[in-house]
Amino acid sequence: MHRSKGRAGMGDHIELDVPARPEFLAMVRAIVTLIAETGSKLPVPRIDDLRLAVTEAFANAIDAERRKPDGDRRPVVVRCELEPDYVAVEVHDEGGGFDPAALTPHPDVTKPARLQFERGLGIPLMRELTDELEFRHEGGGTTVRLVLTSHLRS
Amino acid sequence: MATAPGLRERLHGLLAEETQRLIVDLDDVGFLDSTALGVLVGALKRARGEGGDVRIVCTQPRVRKVFEITRLDSAFDLFDTVDEAVRGAQE
Repeated sequence: MHRSKGRAGMGDHIELDVPARPEFLAMVRAIVTLIAETGSKLPVPRIDDLRLAVTEAFANAIDAERRKPDGDRRPVVVRCELEPDYVAVEVHDEGGGFDPAALTPHPDVTKPARLQFERGLGIPLMRELTDELEFRHEGGGTTVRLVLTSHLRS
Repeated sequence: MATAPGLRERLHGLLAEETQRLIVDLDDVGFLDSTALGVLVGALKRARGEGGDVRIVCTQPRVRKVFEITRLDSAFDLFDTVDEAVRGAQE
């Protein structure tokens, strides 16, 4: 774990390199929650939203890494930026990248066809839970940036 | 995500051997992510395909919210207690 103090007024940064395996998911969720509770003043419901959004981002990163042969897998990098009313978490994988615009929207939930989709709920969830959600193609993979502010969403 | 394969195996095991009507009590579940939700959707699809149902017991706002924002609260029937879910299942 690296912890570095940013420039004055730039807030704190904490970065973790985490093995791309599902058994580390609960740990990432717990640590990022603790980091946000310690380093920001986000209200509890927003911390709950962050916990779920980070879980979804990390799960997607693991999936991307696991599509590669064992020897090529890289740790997932989780970076937190902290301000009193603002937490940004970036989750980076080297899993080859994808085009979020190419995702097929799910059928409406009232239609029986909706039940064909057991996957693909993560990105819509992240969109609902965050104030800003950005996907960047970076290096050999994807960086997902989740921004949550103190502002309570309905 | 880490516990989802076990959940999938258990739900599909029950649907294969016991019944097509399941009540899943999530009240002791502290956290629900999209992977777990996907497993529940898979179980619902299988149960309804054979004339059954999956009913969810869930009072925790944190967990209920996940159903609401994915709008899956209109695919599943959500209940406050197991008793209500059982009664709902008999209607």
